[in-house]
Amino acid sequence: MRIKVEHRTTYLYDEPPTSIVQILRLTPRNHEGLQVRNWRIVLDHDAHLAPGEDAFGNTIHTLTLNRALDDLTVSVEGEVETLDTGGVLTGAAERFPPGLYLRDTPLTHADDAIKTFAKGVAGKREVLDSLHALMGALHDGMAVDEDAPATDAARAFAAKTVGGRDLTHVFIAAARSLAIPARFVSGYMLREDQVQQKSGHAWAEAHVPGLGWVGFDAANALSPTEAHIRVAMGLDYLGAAPVRGSRNGGAAEHLQVSLTVGQARRQQQN
Amino acid sequence: MFIWTLGVALAFNEMLGPDGQVRAPYAGVAKWLESVNVEQLDRRRAEAELFYRRGGITFAVYGDAQGEERIIPFDIIPRVLAGSEWKLLAKGLEQRVKTLNLYLADIYSKQESLKAGIVPEELVWQNPAFRPEMTGVTVPKDIYVHIAGVDVVRIDANDFYVLEDNARTPSGVSYMLGGREICYRLMADLYGAHKVAPIEHYPDDLIATLSSVAPQSAGESPNVVILTPGQFNSAYYEHSFLADKMGIELVEGRDLFIRDDQVYMRTTEGAKRVDVIYRRIDDDFLDPLVFRPDSMLGVPGLFNAYAKGNVALANAIGTGAADDKAIYAHMPDLVKFFLGEEPILKNVPTWCCRKADDLAYVLEHLAELVVKEVHGSGGYGMLVGPQADKAQIAKFRELLKANPANYIAQPTLSLSSCPSFVEQGVAPRHVDLRPFVLTGGNGVKIVPGGLTRVALREGSLVVNSSQGGGTKDTWVIDL
Amino acid sequence: MLSRTADNLFWLSRYVERADYLARIIEATNRLAMLLAAGDGSSEWTSALVTAGCYDAFVAAHGAPTAETAMEYLALSEDNPSSIRRCLETARFNARAVRTALTVEMWETINGAWLELPKMDRSSFAGGRMSRFTDWVKDIALRIDGSGHRTMLRNDAYWFTRLGFYVERADNTARILDVKYHILLPEVSSVGGGLDYSQWAAILRSVNALTAYRWVYREGLRPWLIADLLILNQELPRSLASCYANIVTHLDSLSNAYGRQGKSQRFARTVQTALQNATIERVFQTGLHEFLTRFISDNARVGGAITEQYLA
Repeated sequence: MRIKVEHRTTYLYDEPPTSIVQILRLTPRNHEGLQVRNWRIVLDHDAHLAPGEDAFGNTIHTLTLNRALDDLTVSVEGEVETLDTGGVLTGAAERFPPGLYLRDTPLTHADDAIKTFAKGVAGKREVLDSLHALMGALHDGMAVDEDAPATDAARAFAAKTVGGRDLTHVFIAAARSLAIPARFVSGYMLREDQVQQKSGHAWAEAHVPGLGWVGFDAANALSPTEAHIRVAMGLDYLGAAPVRGSRNGGAAEHLQVSLTVGQARRQQQN
Repeated sequence: MFIWTLGVALAFNEMLGPDGQVRAPYAGVAKWLESVNVEQLDRRRAEAELFYRRGGITFAVYGDAQGEERIIPFDIIPRVLAGSEWKLLAKGLEQRVKTLNLYLADIYSKQESLKAGIVPEELVWQNPAFRPEMTGVTVPKDIYVHIAGVDVVRIDANDFYVLEDNARTPSGVSYMLGGREICYRLMADLYGAHKVAPIEHYPDDLIATLSSVAPQSAGESPNVVILTPGQFNSAYYEHSFLADKMGIELVEGRDLFIRDDQVYMRTTEGAKRVDVIYRRIDDDFLDPLVFRPDSMLGVPGLFNAYAKGNVALANAIGTGAADDKAIYAHMPDLVKFFLGEEPILKNVPTWCCRKADDLAYVLEHLAELVVKEVHGSGGYGMLVGPQADKAQIAKFRELLKANPANYIAQPTLSLSSCPSFVEQGVAPRHVDLRPFVLTGGNGVKIVPGGLTRVALREGSLVVNSSQGGGTKDTWVIDL
Repeated sequence: MLSRTADNLFWLSRYVERADYLARIIEATNRLAMLLAAGDGSSEWTSALVTAGCYDAFVAAHGAPTAETAMEYLALSEDNPSSIRRCLETARFNARAVRTALTVEMWETINGAWLELPKMDRSSFAGGRMSRFTDWVKDIALRIDGSGHRTMLRNDAYWFTRLGFYVERADNTARILDVKYHILLPEVSSVGGGLDYSQWAAILRSVNALTAYRWVYREGLRPWLIADLLILNQELPRSLASCYANIVTHLDSLSNAYGRQGKSQRFARTVQTALQNATIERVFQTGLHEFLTRFISDNARVGGAITEQYLA
């Protein structure tokens, strides 16, 4: 399936900051389920945009600006070709063995409640079954509300109403508490009914012996399909965040996001 | 940090020796002690304290009321090591620190020590101090630990044990140098009667070490700075002291900024490029774009500049992966693996509670052992079995069962004592030693001696400054 | 040097200077209030609090001022951000942040003062002991100023310290004149009773210029001469003209060393020229209060320009 993404973020500053640094993880890399046809990042001001790669193999761009601006717009435009791989990830850049993805992070720390929940759901099941059961139980037991404030796995689990980001954190925490390596994926998702979207999409990947890395999208209770565009991966949101930024000086910042994810026209596919 | 159980009377006495005869290195000190009375000693002690107070040579204690500054008690009676003892110790330290550097270079690149099974993989991958971000980053001259503080204790005339390898941001060197300054001023009679190996050149060695890892592009005279969390940090005095002695700027995160992956500092004359940062900030706080996003102490974009080789950090990021108490147990094997040598310094036998057999042994013998958190420091979060009551032991039993991988256990050793001036007069007190080992492009440098820490309270087990320990000057003399 | 270091040095001096000035205000007011034994002296303390810029905050916390409450508030209060205690604490905070830029003598003076500070409480100036306290404060300022003068290298660190002293001093002198300007106006002086005389003397005392006045004018206290001395006299170290001569000199030293000039040099020279060209008659004609108000805002603008150019 050919999917077109246009993702524009505008930062409005009450008082211009004297400098801005951002690390962008906004560029997907090829794997068997995804081929990048074209993809670019466009800025509305002259700035230094240095491409690179982080330790996890994600493509990153470092944006630096050292002069005062009232506003800044970062746009991503691109097209990818996707394939349904049954949720199994193959041919992706892997820099670490699965064991690394058992690391505890503040955002994915499993408290007793999550541990008990995970153990109860998994029972005596095999790894793959456990993961599907976890995904199902989280999908049924938690309400997704994209306006819920960002928090961490333990608090999100207690709150029961969470954003997709923290639902993913809960899934990762639960999987790791069962000694299953798990990680955070950020990207986009094509929704038939919703071309205009509010934000990108997040899901998890867990490592299954024999299969490798398998995706679990708890918000939708399914493994990633050809509708999922995998962009970046990390131990938690912070490692896969589309944007991590910092500014010096200035006052409050306001954000305007416009995102469209749609199927590219058929003739363009030929 | 250290522990004893036999009591000071049975510990190895560095002055008197097991036969009660004055050991050769202490001949001068023993004679001098006979010639002074308590009032004279007390006057000098008071003068030493005044010297610290007036100079603001203080440290802040975490958890105390904000702004409170304390001085570390200074014991005016020096500790003496013979040149021959030091020579062996120094060789062992060099071997140890070389191994730390080789190990770090290995886990952040080829991971051969893991493949060879010397260190279990999970001790790396799941070690919070291991920084995956550092994998594949080339550091100048493959040196990770430029400044190490290796804590050493002795238990008899010949045996030195390493207690802890501090490879992150070890502190205390300002107290080592300050103690020498006091001896020079207040103890001239005794000091003058010995040929004490000098340590005053430590700042010169340090700046040479730091400059030696500057990026090529820095040219002849690299701009080296010290990065401090600020004046509320417990070691702030040391940061400013070292900046002063090296003649370099003491910067805070807000003084630095990044342009085109290059670090600059804000000066009254505009931006000035920074080549080497001796950072006294923990990894977590260095760059909010890569590590803790809420850090206000670091510099956004610093990691990228570092990974591109445009600035050197000392110590490197992620060195904590080599100095925690779980890796400690593997250090003798790592020495053999990387250097093909027998370890010169001994390791305290260590039970890793993440191993089921070890855990079982530890749970059986809690009352005899010292249990420590793998990542704890400063003498907090530990159980001293022989001194603990039943409730404490029961509590640790639960903690161990709940999270065994978080703990190691060691036997209690009887660490050596030195004559010290305490409220009761002159009495033996337990000591340890933290020598500072510098590693740069020009090799390893260690000034003779180090910081001797002393448990001044009778019956006290812990020599940490944050828990009532004091310091002594350490003299290495040729007999 | 680091901008933050320069900033700390600049403010270190400003706070030391302010502590010294507060000590002088307290001393002068105390003396005046005692002279006015008939009244309760509360109007004098009101005026002292206004001069120190903390009258509103004081009234909100303590109501109408008495000698005791006002003195404590100005000298020792933790709640008053510009009490002598807080000034010395802040000065030491700044000093500690940049202790490598200070000489040992300067550091030991400011640190020594800070160590003494906890011992100071109400009893330190109860009864007749007020002057002992104010002498202690003045002595600290003198020693910091003096040790800096005697021991610092004449480089940018020294110049920023000096700039802090003079910018603060100019502000202080202008403020005390502005609070008291009404008793310096010609219609009041024509009345000129013994009370006015004491008030005039108090102004001079608070800027340490009573003796200087006699040397310069060799006549009895005349309000316009007092204004002349404190505003235009180049020889009096606390006059506005003298402060600006120094500010310009030190800013020039900086621009020479750095090979670059900027806003702060231009602003300071403008202020200095205006002071050089003024006469005291013209000042009174255009209005003393208006003149001082403008000076205070010009001086703040120079401080702002120094910050923008070097310290931020």
